[in-house]
Amino acid sequence: MAGEDDGNTTNGRRRRRTRRSAVRLSKLYSYACGRRPSVADDHSVSRIGGPGFSRVVMVNAAAGEPPAAADLLQHQQQITATINSISTTKYNLFTFLPKSLFEQFRRVANIYFLLSAGIAYSPLAAYDSSSAIAPLVIVLVATMIKEAIEDWRRNQQDTEVNNRTTQVFQQGGDAAWSFRDAKWKDIRVGDIVKVHKDEFFPADLVLLSSSYEDAICYVETMNLDGETNLKLKQSLEVTSTTLPDDDSFRSFAGAVVRCEDPNAHLYTFVGNIEIDGQQHPLSPQQLLLRDSKLRNTDFVYGVVVFTGHDTKVMQNSMKVPSKRSNVEKKMDRVMYLLLFSLIVISVVSSVFFGIATGDDLQDGRMKRWYLRPDDTEIYYDPNRPAVAALLHFFTAIMLYGYFIPISLYISIEIVKLLQALFINNDIHMYHRETDTPAHARTSNLNEELGQVDTILTDKTGTLTCNSMEFIKCSIAGTAYGRGITEVERAMARRKGAPVIANPDNMDKGNNSGIQQQQHFLSSSDSEGNNNKLAVKGFNFVDERVMGGNWVNQTRSDVIEMFFRLLAVCHTCIPEVDQESGKISYEAESPDEAAFVVAARELGFTFYKRTQTGVSLRELDPSSGKQVDRSYKILNVLEFNSARKRMSVVVKNEEGKIFLFTKGADSVMFERLSGSESAYREVTQQHINEYADAGLRTLVLAYRELKEDEYAYFDRKFTAAKNSVSTDRDEKIDEAADLVERDLILLGATAVEDKLQKGVPECIDKLAQAGIKIWVLTGDKMETAINIGYACSLLRQGMKQITITLETADIIALEKVNDKAALTKASKDSVARQINEGKKLVNASSGESFALIIDGKSLTYALEDDTKDMFLDLAVGCGSVICCRSSPKQKALVTRLVKTGTGKVTLAIGDGANDVGMIQEADIGVGISGAEGMQAVMASDVSIAQFRFLERLLLVHGHWCYSRISSMICYFFYKNITFGVTLFLYDAYTSFSGQPFYNDWAMACFNVFFTSLPVIAMGVFDQDVSARFCLKFPMLYQEGPQNLLFQWRRIIGWMLNGVACAVIIFFLSTASLQHQAFRSDGEVSDMATLGATAYTCIVWAVSLQMYITVSYFTLVQHVCIWLSIALWYIFLPVYGAITPSFSTTYYMVFVEALAGAPSYWVVTLLVTAASLVPYFTYAVVKSWFFPDYHNRIQWLRHREKAKAHPDPETSADVELSQVLRQFSVRSTGVGVSARRDATAVLRHLNVDYSQSPTLGAGVVVVTTDR
Amino acid sequence: MDSHAAGSSSGGSGDGAAQPRRNSRKPKYSKFTQQELPACKPILTPKWVISVFVLVGVIFVPIGIVSLRASQQVVEIVDRYDDACVPAGVTDKLAYIRNDSIPKACTRNLTITKDMKQPIFVYYQLDNFYQNHRRYVKSRNDVQLRDKSKASETDNCDPEAKTVDGKPIVPCGLIAWSLFNDTYNLIRNNETLSVDKKDISWKSDRDHKFGSHVFPMNFQKGPLQGGKILDSKIPLSKQEDLIVWMRTAALPTFRKLYGRIYVDLKENDAITVQLENNYNTYSFSGKKKLVLSTATWIGGKNDFLGLAYLTVGGICFFLAFAFTLLYLIKPRKMGDNSYLSWNRATLGR
Repeated sequence: MAGEDDGNTTNGRRRRRTRRSAVRLSKLYSYACGRRPSVADDHSVSRIGGPGFSRVVMVNAAAGEPPAAADLLQHQQQITATINSISTTKYNLFTFLPKSLFEQFRRVANIYFLLSAGIAYSPLAAYDSSSAIAPLVIVLVATMIKEAIEDWRRNQQDTEVNNRTTQVFQQGGDAAWSFRDAKWKDIRVGDIVKVHKDEFFPADLVLLSSSYEDAICYVETMNLDGETNLKLKQSLEVTSTTLPDDDSFRSFAGAVVRCEDPNAHLYTFVGNIEIDGQQHPLSPQQLLLRDSKLRNTDFVYGVVVFTGHDTKVMQNSMKVPSKRSNVEKKMDRVMYLLLFSLIVISVVSSVFFGIATGDDLQDGRMKRWYLRPDDTEIYYDPNRPAVAALLHFFTAIMLYGYFIPISLYISIEIVKLLQALFINNDIHMYHRETDTPAHARTSNLNEELGQVDTILTDKTGTLTCNSMEFIKCSIAGTAYGRGITEVERAMARRKGAPVIANPDNMDKGNNSGIQQQQHFLSSSDSEGNNNKLAVKGFNFVDERVMGGNWVNQTRSDVIEMFFRLLAVCHTCIPEVDQESGKISYEAESPDEAAFVVAARELGFTFYKRTQTGVSLRELDPSSGKQVDRSYKILNVLEFNSARKRMSVVVKNEEGKIFLFTKGADSVMFERLSGSESAYREVTQQHINEYADAGLRTLVLAYRELKEDEYAYFDRKFTAAKNSVSTDRDEKIDEAADLVERDLILLGATAVEDKLQKGVPECIDKLAQAGIKIWVLTGDKMETAINIGYACSLLRQGMKQITITLETADIIALEKVNDKAALTKASKDSVARQINEGKKLVNASSGESFALIIDGKSLTYALEDDTKDMFLDLAVGCGSVICCRSSPKQKALVTRLVKTGTGKVTLAIGDGANDVGMIQEADIGVGISGAEGMQAVMASDVSIAQFRFLERLLLVHGHWCYSRISSMICYFFYKNITFGVTLFLYDAYTSFSGQPFYNDWAMACFNVFFTSLPVIAMGVFDQDVSARFCLKFPMLYQEGPQNLLFQWRRIIGWMLNGVACAVIIFFLSTASLQHQAFRSDGEVSDMATLGATAYTCIVWAVSLQMYITVSYFTLVQHVCIWLSIALWYIFLPVYGAITPSFSTTYYMVFVEALAGAPSYWVVTLLVTAASLVPYFTYAVVKSWFFPDYHNRIQWLRHREKAKAHPDPETSADVELSQVLRQFSVRSTGVGVSARRDATAVLRHLNVDYSQSPTLGAGVVVVTTDR
Repeated sequence: MDSHAAGSSSGGSGDGAAQPRRNSRKPKYSKFTQQELPACKPILTPKWVISVFVLVGVIFVPIGIVSLRASQQVVEIVDRYDDACVPAGVTDKLAYIRNDSIPKACTRNLTITKDMKQPIFVYYQLDNFYQNHRRYVKSRNDVQLRDKSKASETDNCDPEAKTVDGKPIVPCGLIAWSLFNDTYNLIRNNETLSVDKKDISWKSDRDHKFGSHVFPMNFQKGPLQGGKILDSKIPLSKQEDLIVWMRTAALPTFRKLYGRIYVDLKENDAITVQLENNYNTYSFSGKKKLVLSTATWIGGKNDFLGLAYLTVGGICFFLAFAFTLLYLIKPRKMGDNSYLSWNRATLGR
């Protein structure tokens, strides 16, 4: 039944399949397909069954015949036990309690509190035990609840993935075997699965057959390595012929796959498959990896070899690490300091106590007889003062424990949760197109967002959209195309013009002034909007060649050939929609598709590919009519990274043989014929311009081949293709080289690897904020460099240091296959290149450098002895681009930066290949909204677009950092204030350990009377508004340089606490010492004096807020006054409870304090006096030594006072100058730097710099967001 | 919708984006979630700073003056008698005070320095007496004091919890045991001034902490006698000296109310104090003082409070003045950010 269903639903697929099966693509390709296993592979095949290669998979074991041997069966059971469900959670039901408790007690403070709780239950307790343990329990439970909620969310995402469905060959209810939907988590090793187009592979599969007759399939591995090119996989012939469709599996007798054990190597796979007693070797060519996606292929059959956490992608990912922010780590150090001072004062206290206790009884004479030193417990034994002192030490530790703010952690957790809520709800970080808001997944890193020093970013899907657009071309020396790239748009926006003309075109002076161009562009823009960007992959606007106008151009012959080449020289497959007749293309890479689409749009429609040829519908220049032409494809010389070009040899209808070639300029120009160089120079110049704008350029050239010339080549080429020796590729290369020469230049294309919206501006802002940006990509070096240009991470005039192993001598060594020598030579080469780079950097002054390194070199650069050197070099460079890097390398680079510089790193990526670095970095940011979820699941924060990083870091990051650090400082302040008064009082009790205040009043200090305002500060305070945060990106540097949480500030606050405590204690005790404090003559006792001092503390630390906070919302006011009010509520309420509970505070307020004017007068005096020192300090600081944010506050104030909110229109020249100085900083990278550089260039050349905003070289932010 | 192969041209295919999303995850706009709540952003401008200081000064100086005047209206007569009441020639004061057989009567003559309006408060003041010692403070049992039936609850009271033969002591503990036992008899012109000892303790103590049916039991029966012996006929709630005593003092120097005199005293009145010097402060070199004092709204004599107010007010005036000067002489220069640390750093290479 299921089989029939399947048949019905896939009717459409069938139809297409029949058509497509005519094409045996594997025959077309010369390199990638049909390659035999190399010698090295043969070696590994022999290792199967040995250690590390022990996996045996019974294919379709349930359906097939019983396995041969018992031990095999056992093995089988073992591996099928590994289920395919994955889990990325930190805890499970059983580990939650111990593990989260362990996490809790990684915090020193909590250990301390546990200890003091232990003391509380001993006779050493300074105060009531339940009041001592209650805060700890509250804090622990609250934190654990928070952890549980966060982990539950992760679990839900796992469940989503685990419950995806795929088709598995299994027995249904009617005992018939067919492909039925099954959940991913139910897939077992040995199952046969059928995966349809655009589905993810649920596990690591060995490809058995596909919808293509030659059993190839296209796979997108973007989630694994970030590469956008589709990978071609092909199954073994033996499986593809026996298992072509669903039915064939019913009679499939089963097979045995023997292969390597689970490992993390994405690009290797060793194994064999035994069918009917015959063994056939398997290679990575047959392996389909989990989390990669089937493309361009209707369906494939595969057998599951690795499941769940055994899959290569999961093996590549690491356990979710528990990350802690730097601020928190530093806070721990502060805690150590506090613990240390706590111990010091406890020791002091104990020593004095010991002396006093020892003095009490001398030679049987009691000194303080009222203490009965003659008859004591050990704790006060004057005969053993040392023991008494030692025991007293613990009492003191508990008593002065208010030094350590117990509620700090929980308050921080609460604040961070709320901060995360703000991040999640920020409307400016919501992406409408994908309906994705930002999401802070783990909130404990919020403040780290404000301290990022280095951003490591993935390219594809993060910086770029992974779509290519044909945007410009240069044909016969004339530049066409007026599309605007994202980077140009960004520069225009910085200049203040709504849209700018392309300066490249303007330089040509093509009859258009600025206004005209702008008019033209804006109109085309709106047009584009109406048609909702007419064609995907095509963003080319030029009326000179569009709509058939090209025939009127001077070199129409070249243009014709150019377009024809675009339509012919590729490996795409057209798909014709039967109803509408629309043609779409399936291509290995998006840029290839962009070419064919461009050709179609320009009048050369490629609509049919057969085994032997392609058919085009061309515009005939002479007749002006559409004609159908077909070209016989004789050979395809495909693209690979070494050749950097692709060619096709075609025969047209007239029997002429042409070689069409497109390739990188570096290889193409040397292959041009010497004579044909009329527009070579101009083309080269255009290419440079395109490349600088971040466009991907290809040079197009052709050549006509004579019959005999071709015959000679064909012979050679066929021979090379059929050879079986190891140097097969070289032979093919040689043959190709025969014809790919003396080419005639047609022109160049420029394809935009479309950047995501706002990326250049965002990068510019981040650069302005002093954040370094590294690009780590799996892509080719060329692509990476292009994007570097597009993002303005690279620009003309920047010195590029390229470290690569694609050098001649290394390649030569590779061929020799001498591993040791190769390693050594590679290593030396990398080390040498690094050294040279360093010399360059050291010798320069003020120049900008860019470091570009490829994956292979990275392997060596990351080795222990070179990595420091490498890091040194990289840190000295303005921008760093690592290309062709594997997921593991990305993680290693991240680790290197993190540990090497000790600064905060942020990794951002979207695919599973970025998971490693996302987890390794201090903060991992995942791009959500795209298809893969791995990156998001591993990340700490997810955002929909790279550009949101700007707001996330500059606004939220800065706020969180500034809030949290102020908050922590304040916490230390208030607790020290409280703790020191306890200590001072204890000194007056001969250090006996008597608390100044009532037990429960003390227990409530942190939780009720002082936590609200500080939490409100942590949630609401804004030292600088969001607008100004973005306007003055330099402000961000307060974070990376940790100015707000440096020791000076922390100690300063602590000293402030000590000063406050001293003032409060001495002023209140001196004011209310022994005389009557009421007109009725009553004197103050311990309870009244303590309550008075406590009142003063509550007032002082609450009002301190008014000096600390710079942003007062109503909430803030309410919190401050509420906590003061709470104290006044607590006192009478607690005092009204039965005296056996409220003990000394029974009726203390109502009866004694409230009616005593001196109580109120003392409160006013002490509160004011304790605030004067800090207030004075704050004034001096803000007037004479302002921090950066203080300066911005002053600016805002002055701006408002002048009533000129917009500095640009302000008549106040000085102010606008100040603003400029404040907001712009020269950076090595980014749009601003690029504009500065070009401005200087232009200034020298043309009058372009007359534009008022450009003249200054720097531009103040013009539009507020 | 990018479900087609990369690069495939999806020509006119309708896009789902145009349809209104029903379950949009778009964050709701509110001033709260967008952190745009209206707020005031105070900044320490000269105007503000100087006004604040001046304001504090303006408030504090008058309060200081008023407090000081109130304190100076208080007449306080302090007489230290611990040394003076030991007969001359006694070398071992400790032995003297411990010897119950020696009568401890002592006479002190005081002269009133200024007119004193009634009520006049009689205090005794002890120095260097650690009523706030943790062992001492804890050495009581509130349950026992309040409830007649809980007499045997003597936790925390060691070593004054039980008599040698194991009977519970009421009130137990060191505090009660060491109750002050000097007595004063004030005589003016041969006429005894009656010292009213009623209501010298807090009402809440009398009503709720010390039971009206709890009578002293086995008190001061131990081998070592502490202080005063309580009349076992009078319930604890009426033993106001004990109640006052058991409100432990905060500091080692403290006064406790002994009683009140409802008679005005004139300047130069001679007061004779007949006192019994029983209480041992000699072993820990504590002082004993008798204090006669009036009180005003602010309480007893204490110039400190007024002076402190004047000082703080003065400091504020001074700071206001200093900041004004600074502001006039050396106005802040804005925009000079050349010394900001990160401008020197070579970040933007």
